[in-house]
Amino acid sequence: MIEVKELSKTYGDKPVVNNVSVNIQKGKITSFIGPNGAGKSTLLSAVSRLIKYDIGNIDIDQQSISQWKNRELSKKMAILKQANNITVRLTVRELVSFGRFPYSQGNLTPEDIDHIDEAIAFMELENLENQYLDELSGGQKQRAHIAMVIAQDTDYILLDEPLNNLDMKHAVQIMKVLRRLVDELGKTVVIVIHDINFASFYSDYIVALKEGEIINQGPVDDIIEESSLKEIYDMDIPIKQLDRCKVCVYFG
Amino acid sequence: MHNRTKLVILSILSLGLIAIFLFSNLDGHWDYVLPRRAMKIFAIVLTGSAIAFSTVIFQTVTNNRILTPSIIGLDSLYLLIQTGLIFLFGSTHSLMNQYVNFFISVGFMIVFALLLYHFLFKREGENIYFLLLVGLIFGTFFNSLSEFMQVLIDPNEFQVVQDQMFASFNNVNTDLFYIALAGMAVTTLYFLKFAKFLDVLSLGKDQAINLGLNYDYIVKQIFIIVAILVSIATVLVGPITFLGLLVANVAYEFLKTYRHRVLILGAILVSIIALVGGQLIVERVFTFSTTISVIINFAGGVYFIYLLLRESRA
Repeated sequence: MIEVKELSKTYGDKPVVNNVSVNIQKGKITSFIGPNGAGKSTLLSAVSRLIKYDIGNIDIDQQSISQWKNRELSKKMAILKQANNITVRLTVRELVSFGRFPYSQGNLTPEDIDHIDEAIAFMELENLENQYLDELSGGQKQRAHIAMVIAQDTDYILLDEPLNNLDMKHAVQIMKVLRRLVDELGKTVVIVIHDINFASFYSDYIVALKEGEIINQGPVDDIIEESSLKEIYDMDIPIKQLDRCKVCVYFG
Repeated sequence: MHNRTKLVILSILSLGLIAIFLFSNLDGHWDYVLPRRAMKIFAIVLTGSAIAFSTVIFQTVTNNRILTPSIIGLDSLYLLIQTGLIFLFGSTHSLMNQYVNFFISVGFMIVFALLLYHFLFKREGENIYFLLLVGLIFGTFFNSLSEFMQVLIDPNEFQVVQDQMFASFNNVNTDLFYIALAGMAVTTLYFLKFAKFLDVLSLGKDQAINLGLNYDYIVKQIFIIVAILVSIATVLVGPITFLGLLVANVAYEFLKTYRHRVLILGAILVSIIALVGGQLIVERVFTFSTTISVIINFAGGVYFIYLLLRESRA
Protein backbone atom coordinates (compact mmCIF):
# COMPACT_ATOMS: atom_id res chain seq x y z
CA MET A 1 0.00 0.00 0.00
CA ILE A 2 1.13 3.55 -0.72
CA GLU A 3 0.24 5.91 2.11
CA VAL A 4 0.55 9.63 1.51
CA LYS A 5 0.35 11.56 4.78
CA GLU A 6 -0.27 15.29 5.03
CA LEU A 7 1.87 16.02 2.00
CA SER A 8 2.59 19.58 0.91
CA LYS A 9 4.67 20.97 -1.92
CA THR A 10 5.11 24.62 -2.85
CA TYR A 11 6.76 26.18 -5.88
CA GLY A 12 8.00 29.59 -4.79
CA ASP A 13 5.21 30.63 -2.43
CA LYS A 14 2.44 28.96 -4.40
CA PRO A 15 1.22 25.74 -2.81
CA VAL A 16 0.69 23.13 -5.53
CA VAL A 17 -0.12 20.26 -3.25
CA ASN A 18 -1.59 21.22 0.08
CA ASN A 19 -1.88 18.86 3.03
CA VAL A 20 -2.88 15.83 0.97
CA SER A 21 -3.46 12.44 2.59
CA VAL A 22 -4.45 9.44 0.54
CA ASN A 23 -4.07 5.66 0.68
CA ILE A 24 -3.58 3.77 -2.54
CA GLN A 25 -4.90 0.23 -2.26
CA LYS A 26 -3.03 -2.70 -3.69
CA GLY A 27 -4.42 -4.56 -6.68
CA LYS A 28 -6.55 -1.69 -7.94
CA ILE A 29 -6.48 1.03 -10.57
CA THR A 30 -6.56 4.39 -8.86
CA SER A 31 -7.20 7.45 -11.01
CA PHE A 32 -6.24 11.01 -10.07
CA ILE A 33 -8.70 13.36 -11.71
CA GLY A 34 -9.30 17.10 -11.49
CA PRO A 35 -8.96 20.30 -13.48
CA ASN A 36 -5.65 21.58 -14.86
CA GLY A 37 -3.33 22.85 -12.16
CA ALA A 38 -4.99 20.79 -9.45
CA GLY A 39 -1.68 19.19 -8.47
CA LYS A 40 -2.34 15.70 -9.84
CA SER A 41 0.95 15.36 -11.68
CA THR A 42 2.89 16.97 -8.84
CA LEU A 43 1.38 14.49 -6.39
CA LEU A 44 2.27 11.60 -8.69
CA SER A 45 5.81 12.90 -9.16
CA ALA A 46 6.27 13.26 -5.41
CA VAL A 47 5.03 9.71 -4.79
CA SER A 48 7.43 8.44 -7.44
CA ARG A 49 10.34 10.48 -5.94
CA LEU A 50 10.90 12.44 -9.16
CA ILE A 51 10.48 15.62 -7.16
CA LYS A 52 11.06 16.31 -3.48
CA TYR A 53 8.16 17.35 -1.27
CA ASP A 54 8.31 19.92 1.48
CA ILE A 55 6.19 18.59 4.32
CA GLY A 56 4.55 15.25 5.05
CA ASN A 57 5.50 11.69 4.42
CA ILE A 58 5.03 8.94 1.88
CA ASP A 59 5.17 5.31 2.96
CA ILE A 60 5.51 2.55 0.44
CA ASP A 61 4.75 -0.84 1.95
CA GLN A 62 5.13 0.60 5.46
CA GLN A 63 8.53 2.10 4.77
CA SER A 64 9.12 5.80 4.29
CA ILE A 65 10.15 6.71 0.75
CA SER A 66 13.29 8.40 2.09
CA GLN A 67 14.43 5.14 3.70
CA TRP A 68 14.09 3.06 0.58
CA LYS A 69 17.32 2.36 -1.28
CA ASN A 70 17.07 3.78 -4.80
CA ARG A 71 17.72 0.47 -6.46
CA GLU A 72 15.30 -1.50 -4.26
CA LEU A 73 12.57 1.07 -4.77
CA SER A 74 13.02 0.84 -8.53
CA LYS A 75 12.13 -2.85 -8.28
CA LYS A 76 8.99 -1.93 -6.34
CA MET A 77 7.63 1.07 -8.17
CA ALA A 78 7.85 2.32 -11.76
CA ILE A 79 6.86 5.70 -13.11
CA LEU A 80 6.09 6.73 -16.66
CA LYS A 81 5.90 10.47 -17.25
CA GLN A 82 3.88 12.12 -19.98
CA ALA A 83 6.84 13.65 -21.79
CA ASN A 84 9.03 10.85 -23.02
CA ASN A 85 11.39 12.73 -25.25
CA ILE A 86 14.32 10.37 -25.27
CA THR A 87 17.17 11.91 -27.21
CA VAL A 88 19.03 8.71 -28.05
CA ARG A 89 17.92 6.46 -30.86
CA LEU A 90 16.66 3.13 -29.49
CA THR A 91 14.80 0.17 -30.84
CA VAL A 92 11.73 -1.06 -29.01
CA ARG A 93 13.62 -4.03 -27.65
CA GLU A 94 16.51 -1.88 -26.42
CA LEU A 95 14.07 0.41 -24.61
CA VAL A 96 12.28 -2.51 -22.99
CA SER A 97 15.66 -3.97 -21.93
CA PHE A 98 16.34 -0.83 -19.93
CA GLY A 99 13.47 -1.89 -17.68
CA ARG A 100 15.73 -4.65 -16.36
CA PHE A 101 18.45 -2.24 -15.23
CA PRO A 102 17.46 -2.28 -11.55
CA TYR A 103 18.04 -6.05 -11.52
CA SER A 104 20.97 -6.57 -13.84
CA GLN A 105 22.71 -3.17 -13.84
CA GLY A 106 23.19 -3.47 -17.56
CA ASN A 107 24.36 -7.06 -17.99
CA LEU A 108 21.27 -8.97 -19.02
CA THR A 109 20.88 -12.48 -17.60
CA PRO A 110 18.73 -15.17 -19.26
CA GLU A 111 16.07 -14.39 -16.65
CA ASP A 112 16.09 -10.73 -17.72
CA ILE A 113 15.68 -11.75 -21.33
CA ASP A 114 12.65 -13.87 -20.40
CA HIS A 115 11.10 -10.85 -18.70
CA ILE A 116 11.82 -8.68 -21.75
CA ASP A 117 10.24 -11.24 -24.09
CA GLU A 118 7.19 -11.50 -21.85
CA ALA A 119 6.77 -7.73 -21.67
CA ILE A 120 7.03 -7.41 -25.44
CA ALA A 121 4.51 -10.21 -25.92
CA PHE A 122 2.17 -8.72 -23.32
CA MET A 123 2.10 -5.43 -25.27
CA GLU A 124 1.90 -7.29 -28.63
CA LEU A 125 5.03 -5.61 -29.90
CA GLU A 126 6.71 -8.70 -31.36
CA ASN A 127 6.52 -7.38 -34.92
CA LEU A 128 7.93 -4.03 -33.95
CA GLU A 129 10.66 -5.05 -31.53
CA ASN A 130 13.54 -4.20 -33.85
CA GLN A 131 12.07 -0.92 -35.09
CA TYR A 132 13.42 2.40 -33.86
CA LEU A 133 11.18 4.40 -31.55
CA ASP A 134 11.26 7.44 -33.82
CA GLU A 135 9.74 5.33 -36.60
CA LEU A 136 6.67 4.46 -34.52
CA SER A 137 3.29 6.14 -34.14
CA GLY A 138 2.30 7.74 -30.85
CA GLY A 139 0.26 4.74 -29.78
CA GLN A 140 3.01 2.25 -30.61
CA LYS A 141 5.56 4.38 -28.78
CA GLN A 142 3.37 4.53 -25.69
CA ARG A 143 2.98 0.74 -25.79
CA ALA A 144 6.77 0.38 -26.00
CA HIS A 145 7.20 2.58 -22.92
CA ILE A 146 4.59 0.60 -21.03
CA ALA A 147 6.39 -2.60 -22.06
CA MET A 148 9.53 -1.22 -20.46
CA VAL A 149 7.62 -0.55 -17.25
CA ILE A 150 6.25 -4.11 -17.36
CA ALA A 151 9.77 -5.48 -17.81
CA GLN A 152 10.74 -3.54 -14.70
CA ASP A 153 8.38 -5.95 -12.93
CA THR A 154 7.26 -3.67 -10.10
CA ASP A 155 4.25 -4.01 -7.80
CA TYR A 156 3.30 -0.39 -8.35
CA ILE A 157 3.00 1.25 -11.76
CA LEU A 158 2.46 4.99 -11.90
CA LEU A 159 1.52 6.67 -15.17
CA ASP A 160 1.17 10.37 -15.82
CA GLU A 161 -1.50 10.93 -18.47
CA PRO A 162 -0.87 7.70 -20.39
CA LEU A 163 -3.60 8.57 -22.92
CA ASN A 164 -2.14 11.92 -23.90
CA ASN A 165 -2.28 12.45 -27.68
CA LEU A 166 -3.74 9.02 -28.37
CA ASP A 167 -6.77 8.40 -30.55
CA MET A 168 -9.78 6.48 -29.20
CA LYS A 169 -8.63 3.10 -30.42
CA HIS A 170 -5.18 3.39 -28.89
CA ALA A 171 -6.48 4.97 -25.71
CA VAL A 172 -8.84 2.02 -25.22
CA GLN A 173 -6.01 -0.38 -26.00
CA ILE A 174 -3.80 1.19 -23.32
CA MET A 175 -6.57 1.21 -20.72
CA LYS A 176 -7.35 -2.44 -21.41
CA VAL A 177 -3.71 -3.27 -20.91
CA LEU A 178 -3.69 -1.46 -17.57
CA ARG A 179 -6.80 -3.40 -16.57
CA ARG A 180 -5.08 -6.67 -17.51
CA LEU A 181 -2.00 -5.65 -15.51
CA VAL A 182 -4.20 -5.38 -12.45
CA ASP A 183 -6.51 -8.34 -13.09
CA GLU A 184 -4.01 -10.85 -14.50
CA LEU A 185 -0.69 -9.86 -12.97
CA GLY A 186 -1.92 -8.39 -9.69
CA LYS A 187 -0.22 -5.03 -10.16
CA THR A 188 -1.29 -1.79 -8.57
CA VAL A 189 -1.78 0.99 -11.11
CA VAL A 190 -2.05 4.70 -10.41
CA ILE A 191 -2.83 7.08 -13.27
CA VAL A 192 -3.34 10.76 -13.79
CA ILE A 193 -6.14 11.05 -16.32
CA HIS A 194 -8.23 13.85 -17.81
CA ASP A 195 -11.02 11.96 -19.52
CA ILE A 196 -13.46 11.13 -16.74
CA ASN A 197 -15.22 8.57 -18.90
CA PHE A 198 -12.04 6.52 -19.12
CA ALA A 199 -11.66 6.92 -15.37
CA SER A 200 -15.25 5.83 -14.93
CA PHE A 201 -14.96 2.77 -17.18
CA TYR A 202 -11.63 1.40 -16.13
CA SER A 203 -10.65 2.44 -12.63
CA ASP A 204 -11.61 1.03 -9.27
CA TYR A 205 -10.96 4.04 -7.13
CA ILE A 206 -10.91 7.76 -7.92
CA VAL A 207 -9.09 10.56 -6.13
CA ALA A 208 -10.32 14.01 -7.14
CA LEU A 209 -8.03 16.98 -6.64
CA LYS A 210 -8.74 20.66 -6.92
CA GLU A 211 -6.40 23.54 -6.16
CA GLY A 212 -3.86 21.28 -4.53
CA GLU A 213 -6.26 19.58 -2.17
CA ILE A 214 -8.20 16.35 -2.24
CA ILE A 215 -11.79 17.35 -2.72
CA ASN A 216 -13.28 13.89 -2.85
CA GLN A 217 -12.17 10.29 -3.04
CA GLY A 218 -13.83 6.94 -3.14
CA PRO A 219 -14.93 4.01 -5.31
CA VAL A 220 -15.85 4.96 -8.85
CA ASP A 221 -19.61 5.01 -8.28
CA ASP A 222 -19.33 7.51 -5.45
CA ILE A 223 -17.32 10.00 -7.47
CA ILE A 224 -18.92 9.71 -10.90
CA GLU A 225 -22.05 11.36 -9.68
CA GLU A 226 -23.50 14.70 -10.72
CA SER A 227 -23.15 16.70 -7.52
CA SER A 228 -19.64 15.42 -6.90
CA LEU A 229 -18.46 16.23 -10.44
CA LYS A 230 -19.93 19.71 -10.21
CA GLU A 231 -17.88 20.31 -7.12
CA ILE A 232 -14.71 19.10 -8.85
CA TYR A 233 -15.04 20.75 -12.25
CA ASP A 234 -17.42 23.65 -11.55
CA MET A 235 -19.67 22.59 -14.40
CA ASP A 236 -22.87 20.64 -14.80
CA ILE A 237 -22.12 17.20 -16.13
CA PRO A 238 -25.17 15.03 -16.81
CA ILE A 239 -24.54 11.33 -16.29
CA LYS A 240 -26.30 8.65 -18.33
CA GLN A 241 -26.47 5.02 -17.37
CA LEU A 242 -25.37 2.84 -20.27
CA ASP A 243 -25.75 -0.86 -19.50
CA ARG A 244 -23.77 -1.10 -16.26
CA CYS A 245 -21.50 1.89 -16.87
CA LYS A 246 -21.96 5.56 -16.22
CA VAL A 247 -21.15 7.97 -19.07
CA CYS A 248 -20.49 11.62 -18.38
CA VAL A 249 -21.81 13.87 -21.11
CA TYR A 250 -19.67 16.94 -20.60
CA PHE A 251 -19.87 18.48 -24.05
CA GLY A 252 -22.96 20.64 -23.55
CA MET B 1 28.61 -3.02 -40.66
CA HIS B 2 28.92 -4.40 -37.17
CA ASN B 3 30.11 -2.00 -34.51
CA ARG B 4 33.05 -4.22 -33.67
CA THR B 5 34.20 -4.01 -37.29
CA LYS B 6 33.89 -0.24 -37.20
CA LEU B 7 35.98 -0.04 -34.04
CA VAL B 8 38.61 -2.28 -35.61
CA ILE B 9 38.74 -0.01 -38.67
CA LEU B 10 39.15 3.05 -36.44
CA SER B 11 41.91 1.30 -34.47
CA ILE B 12 43.78 0.33 -37.64
CA LEU B 13 43.47 3.88 -38.97
CA SER B 14 44.77 5.45 -35.78
CA LEU B 15 47.62 2.94 -35.43
CA GLY B 16 48.51 3.50 -39.09
CA LEU B 17 48.64 7.28 -38.65
CA ILE B 18 50.71 6.89 -35.51
CA ALA B 19 53.13 4.63 -37.41
CA ILE B 20 53.43 7.15 -40.24
CA PHE B 21 54.00 9.91 -37.76
CA LEU B 22 56.68 7.96 -35.89
CA PHE B 23 58.59 6.32 -38.73
CA SER B 24 58.33 8.51 -41.83
CA ASN B 25 61.25 10.78 -42.78
CA LEU B 26 63.50 9.32 -40.12
CA ASP B 27 66.62 9.82 -42.28
CA GLY B 28 68.59 7.50 -40.04
CA HIS B 29 68.43 9.82 -37.01
CA TRP B 30 66.07 7.53 -35.18
CA ASP B 31 67.87 7.72 -31.84
CA TYR B 32 67.29 11.48 -31.76
CA VAL B 33 63.96 11.82 -33.56
CA LEU B 34 62.06 8.79 -32.33
CA PRO B 35 61.93 9.58 -28.57
CA ARG B 36 60.74 13.11 -29.34
CA ARG B 37 58.06 11.95 -31.70
CA ALA B 38 57.02 9.22 -29.29
CA MET B 39 56.59 11.80 -26.53
CA LYS B 40 54.44 13.91 -28.82
CA ILE B 41 52.32 10.90 -29.74
CA PHE B 42 51.83 10.01 -26.08
CA ALA B 43 50.72 13.55 -25.34
CA ILE B 44 48.33 13.49 -28.29
CA VAL B 45 46.82 10.16 -27.33
CA LEU B 46 46.47 11.19 -23.70
CA THR B 47 44.86 14.58 -24.24
CA GLY B 48 42.83 13.42 -27.22
CA SER B 49 41.39 10.58 -25.18
CA ALA B 50 40.67 12.80 -22.20
CA ILE B 51 38.84 15.36 -24.32
CA ALA B 52 36.84 12.80 -26.31
CA PHE B 53 35.93 10.85 -23.19
CA SER B 54 34.94 13.88 -21.13
CA THR B 55 32.87 15.38 -23.94
CA VAL B 56 30.89 12.19 -24.48
CA ILE B 57 30.04 11.77 -20.80
CA PHE B 58 29.30 15.49 -20.45
CA GLN B 59 26.89 15.36 -23.37
CA THR B 60 25.23 12.29 -21.91
CA VAL B 61 24.69 13.93 -18.54
CA THR B 62 23.32 17.11 -20.14
CA ASN B 63 21.33 15.10 -22.72
CA ASN B 64 22.57 17.44 -25.39
CA ARG B 65 24.84 16.70 -28.29
CA ILE B 66 25.99 20.19 -29.12
CA LEU B 67 27.54 21.09 -25.78
CA THR B 68 31.17 20.73 -24.77
CA PRO B 69 32.67 21.01 -21.32
CA SER B 70 34.21 24.32 -22.39
CA ILE B 71 30.75 25.84 -21.89
CA ILE B 72 31.26 25.95 -18.14
CA GLY B 73 34.16 28.32 -18.75
CA LEU B 74 37.17 26.12 -17.95
CA ASP B 75 39.09 27.15 -21.09
CA SER B 76 38.53 30.80 -20.32
CA LEU B 77 39.53 30.32 -16.70
CA TYR B 78 42.77 28.68 -17.84
CA LEU B 79 43.63 31.68 -20.00
CA LEU B 80 42.70 34.01 -17.16
CA ILE B 81 45.02 32.17 -14.77
CA GLN B 82 47.89 32.29 -17.26
CA THR B 83 47.34 35.95 -18.06
CA GLY B 84 46.79 36.84 -14.42
CA LEU B 85 50.00 35.14 -13.26
CA ILE B 86 52.03 36.99 -15.86
CA PHE B 87 50.21 40.23 -15.19
CA LEU B 88 50.84 40.05 -11.46
CA PHE B 89 54.27 38.42 -11.26
CA GLY B 90 55.82 38.62 -14.72
CA SER B 91 56.91 35.75 -16.90
CA THR B 92 60.19 35.17 -15.06
CA HIS B 93 58.73 34.74 -11.58
CA SER B 94 59.06 31.35 -9.88
CA LEU B 95 55.28 30.89 -10.15
CA MET B 96 55.79 30.48 -13.86
CA ASN B 97 57.75 27.34 -13.14
CA GLN B 98 55.97 24.62 -15.04
CA TYR B 99 55.15 22.42 -12.05
CA VAL B 100 53.83 25.21 -9.90
CA ASN B 101 51.88 26.56 -12.84
CA PHE B 102 50.44 23.13 -13.56
CA PHE B 103 49.15 22.61 -10.05
CA ILE B 104 47.88 26.17 -9.69
CA SER B 105 45.96 25.94 -12.96
CA VAL B 106 44.51 22.48 -12.43
CA GLY B 107 43.68 23.35 -8.82
CA PHE B 108 41.89 26.57 -9.67
CA MET B 109 39.92 25.00 -12.51
CA ILE B 110 38.69 22.10 -10.42
CA VAL B 111 37.85 24.34 -7.46
CA PHE B 112 35.94 26.65 -9.80
CA ALA B 113 33.94 23.77 -11.27
CA LEU B 114 33.15 22.47 -7.80
CA LEU B 115 32.07 25.86 -6.50
CA LEU B 116 29.90 26.38 -9.54
CA TYR B 117 28.27 23.04 -8.98
CA HIS B 118 28.01 23.37 -5.23
CA PHE B 119 26.34 26.78 -5.13
CA LEU B 120 23.91 26.02 -7.87
CA PHE B 121 22.87 22.56 -6.80
CA LYS B 122 22.39 23.26 -3.13
CA ARG B 123 19.10 24.84 -4.08
CA GLU B 124 16.48 22.38 -5.14
CA GLY B 125 14.83 22.54 -8.51
CA GLU B 126 17.76 24.05 -10.37
CA ASN B 127 18.54 22.09 -13.46
CA ILE B 128 21.79 21.49 -15.23
CA TYR B 129 21.01 24.05 -17.93
CA PHE B 130 21.00 26.80 -15.36
CA LEU B 131 24.46 25.66 -14.31
CA LEU B 132 25.63 25.80 -17.92
CA LEU B 133 24.18 29.26 -18.39
CA VAL B 134 26.00 30.58 -15.34
CA GLY B 135 29.17 28.85 -16.55
CA LEU B 136 28.80 30.51 -19.93
CA ILE B 137 28.51 33.93 -18.33
CA PHE B 138 31.53 33.26 -16.12
CA GLY B 139 33.45 32.19 -19.23
CA THR B 140 32.69 35.48 -20.94
CA PHE B 141 33.63 37.34 -17.79
CA PHE B 142 36.98 35.52 -17.58
CA ASN B 143 37.65 36.24 -21.25
CA SER B 144 37.03 39.94 -20.77
CA LEU B 145 39.27 40.06 -17.70
CA SER B 146 42.06 38.27 -19.58
CA GLU B 147 41.78 40.63 -22.51
CA PHE B 148 41.85 43.58 -20.17
CA MET B 149 45.12 42.39 -18.65
CA GLN B 150 46.56 41.40 -22.01
CA VAL B 151 46.33 44.95 -23.34
CA LEU B 152 48.02 46.32 -20.24
CA ILE B 153 51.05 44.04 -20.07
CA ASP B 154 54.40 44.48 -21.74
CA PRO B 155 54.32 43.26 -25.39
CA ASN B 156 57.09 40.77 -24.67
CA GLU B 157 55.10 39.33 -21.83
CA PHE B 158 52.11 39.19 -24.12
CA GLN B 159 54.09 36.89 -26.38
CA VAL B 160 54.36 34.44 -23.51
CA VAL B 161 50.62 34.63 -22.89
CA GLN B 162 49.89 34.20 -26.56
CA ASP B 163 51.95 31.05 -26.54
CA GLN B 164 49.55 29.58 -24.00
CA MET B 165 46.47 30.63 -25.93
CA PHE B 166 46.70 27.98 -28.60
CA ALA B 167 46.76 24.26 -28.28
CA SER B 168 50.12 22.85 -29.24
CA PHE B 169 51.80 19.50 -29.06
CA ASN B 170 55.14 20.89 -30.12
CA ASN B 171 56.68 21.30 -26.71
CA VAL B 172 55.07 18.99 -24.20
CA ASN B 173 56.96 18.80 -20.94
CA THR B 174 57.98 15.21 -20.23
CA ASP B 175 57.80 15.39 -16.45
CA LEU B 176 54.42 17.14 -16.46
CA PHE B 177 53.27 14.46 -18.81
CA TYR B 178 53.74 11.74 -16.21
CA ILE B 179 51.93 13.73 -13.54
CA ALA B 180 49.06 14.32 -15.97
CA LEU B 181 49.03 10.65 -16.90
CA ALA B 182 48.80 9.65 -13.26
CA GLY B 183 46.02 12.17 -12.62
CA MET B 184 44.01 10.94 -15.56
CA ALA B 185 44.54 7.29 -14.67
CA VAL B 186 43.23 7.83 -11.14
CA THR B 187 40.23 9.80 -12.45
CA THR B 188 39.43 7.11 -15.00
CA LEU B 189 39.59 4.42 -12.33
CA TYR B 190 37.14 6.43 -10.24
CA PHE B 191 34.91 6.82 -13.28
CA LEU B 192 34.63 3.04 -13.73
CA LYS B 193 32.35 3.03 -10.68
CA PHE B 194 29.82 5.06 -12.66
CA ALA B 195 30.39 3.64 -16.14
CA LYS B 196 27.37 1.35 -16.05
CA PHE B 197 25.02 4.26 -15.34
CA LEU B 198 25.80 6.20 -18.52
CA ASP B 199 23.43 4.35 -20.84
CA VAL B 200 20.59 4.92 -18.37
CA LEU B 201 21.51 8.59 -17.91
CA SER B 202 21.10 9.13 -21.63
CA LEU B 203 17.38 8.36 -21.21
CA GLY B 204 16.98 11.54 -19.20
CA LYS B 205 16.54 12.43 -15.55
CA ASP B 206 13.07 10.97 -14.96
CA GLN B 207 13.91 7.58 -16.43
CA ALA B 208 17.24 7.51 -14.61
CA ILE B 209 15.48 8.03 -11.27
CA ASN B 210 12.79 5.54 -12.22
CA LEU B 211 15.46 2.94 -12.89
CA GLY B 212 16.94 3.42 -9.45
CA LEU B 213 19.86 5.79 -9.99
CA ASN B 214 20.90 8.20 -7.27
CA TYR B 215 20.70 10.87 -9.95
CA ASP B 216 22.00 13.98 -8.19
CA TYR B 217 24.98 12.19 -6.71
CA ILE B 218 25.98 10.46 -9.94
CA VAL B 219 25.66 13.63 -12.01
CA LYS B 220 27.81 15.49 -9.52
CA GLN B 221 30.53 12.84 -9.63
CA ILE B 222 30.55 12.79 -13.43
CA PHE B 223 30.70 16.57 -13.47
CA ILE B 224 33.78 16.47 -11.24
CA ILE B 225 35.39 13.80 -13.42
CA VAL B 226 34.81 15.94 -16.51
CA ALA B 227 36.26 19.00 -14.79
CA ILE B 228 39.42 17.13 -13.77
CA LEU B 229 39.99 15.60 -17.20
CA VAL B 230 39.41 18.85 -19.06
CA SER B 231 41.64 20.78 -16.68
CA ILE B 232 44.55 18.39 -17.01
CA ALA B 233 44.27 18.21 -20.80
CA THR B 234 44.03 21.98 -21.12
CA VAL B 235 47.01 22.66 -18.89
CA LEU B 236 49.08 20.07 -20.72
CA VAL B 237 48.57 21.35 -24.28
CA GLY B 238 46.40 24.47 -24.10
CA PRO B 239 42.71 25.08 -24.84
CA ILE B 240 41.62 22.09 -26.87
CA THR B 241 37.99 21.41 -25.99
CA PHE B 242 36.88 22.44 -29.51
CA LEU B 243 37.97 18.98 -30.51
CA GLY B 244 35.46 17.23 -28.26
CA LEU B 245 32.31 18.42 -30.01
CA LEU B 246 33.61 17.21 -33.33
CA VAL B 247 34.90 13.80 -32.34
CA ALA B 248 31.91 12.99 -30.14
CA ASN B 249 29.49 13.72 -32.96
CA VAL B 250 31.55 11.86 -35.54
CA ALA B 251 31.50 8.88 -33.18
CA TYR B 252 27.69 9.08 -32.74
CA GLU B 253 27.17 9.32 -36.49
CA PHE B 254 29.59 6.58 -37.36
CA LEU B 255 28.64 4.08 -34.68
CA LYS B 256 24.90 4.77 -34.37
CA THR B 257 24.49 3.23 -30.95
CA TYR B 258 23.56 4.39 -27.48
CA ARG B 259 26.03 2.04 -25.77
CA HIS B 260 28.69 4.09 -24.06
CA ARG B 261 31.21 1.30 -23.96
CA VAL B 262 31.31 1.52 -27.77
CA LEU B 263 30.74 5.28 -28.01
CA ILE B 264 33.55 6.28 -25.66
CA LEU B 265 36.04 3.97 -27.31
CA GLY B 266 34.95 5.18 -30.74
CA ALA B 267 35.21 8.86 -29.78
CA ILE B 268 38.69 8.30 -28.35
CA LEU B 269 39.85 6.62 -31.57
CA VAL B 270 38.33 9.35 -33.75
CA SER B 271 40.03 11.90 -31.55
CA ILE B 272 43.43 10.21 -31.97
CA ILE B 273 42.92 10.02 -35.74
CA ALA B 274 41.97 13.70 -35.92
CA LEU B 275 44.86 14.86 -33.76
CA VAL B 276 47.60 12.67 -35.22
CA GLY B 277 46.34 13.34 -38.75
CA GLY B 278 46.11 17.05 -38.01
CA GLN B 279 49.56 17.13 -36.49
CA LEU B 280 50.98 15.29 -39.52
CA ILE B 281 49.49 17.92 -41.81
CA VAL B 282 50.75 20.75 -39.60
CA GLU B 283 54.28 19.37 -39.53
CA ARG B 284 54.75 17.77 -42.94
CA VAL B 285 52.45 19.74 -45.24
CA PHE B 286 52.40 23.23 -43.72
CA THR B 287 55.78 22.90 -41.99
CA PHE B 288 54.47 24.49 -38.79
CA SER B 289 53.05 27.54 -40.55
CA THR B 290 49.62 26.85 -39.07
CA THR B 291 48.25 25.32 -35.86
CA ILE B 292 46.42 22.08 -35.33
CA SER B 293 43.37 23.96 -34.04
CA VAL B 294 42.95 25.57 -37.46
CA ILE B 295 43.21 22.29 -39.32
CA ILE B 296 40.77 20.48 -37.07
CA ASN B 297 38.28 23.32 -36.97
CA PHE B 298 38.39 23.51 -40.75
CA ALA B 299 37.91 19.78 -41.28
CA GLY B 300 35.30 19.69 -38.52
CA GLY B 301 33.40 22.62 -39.96
CA VAL B 302 33.25 21.02 -43.38
CA TYR B 303 32.02 17.79 -41.85
CA PHE B 304 29.31 19.59 -39.91
CA ILE B 305 28.03 21.42 -42.95
CA TYR B 306 27.92 18.07 -44.70
CA LEU B 307 25.88 16.60 -41.83
CA LEU B 308 23.48 19.54 -41.86
CA LEU B 309 22.95 19.35 -45.61
CA ARG B 310 22.38 15.63 -45.46
CA GLU B 311 19.90 15.94 -42.59
CA SER B 312 17.91 18.65 -44.37
CA ARG B 313 17.61 16.53 -47.49
CA ALA B 314 16.38 13.47 -45.60
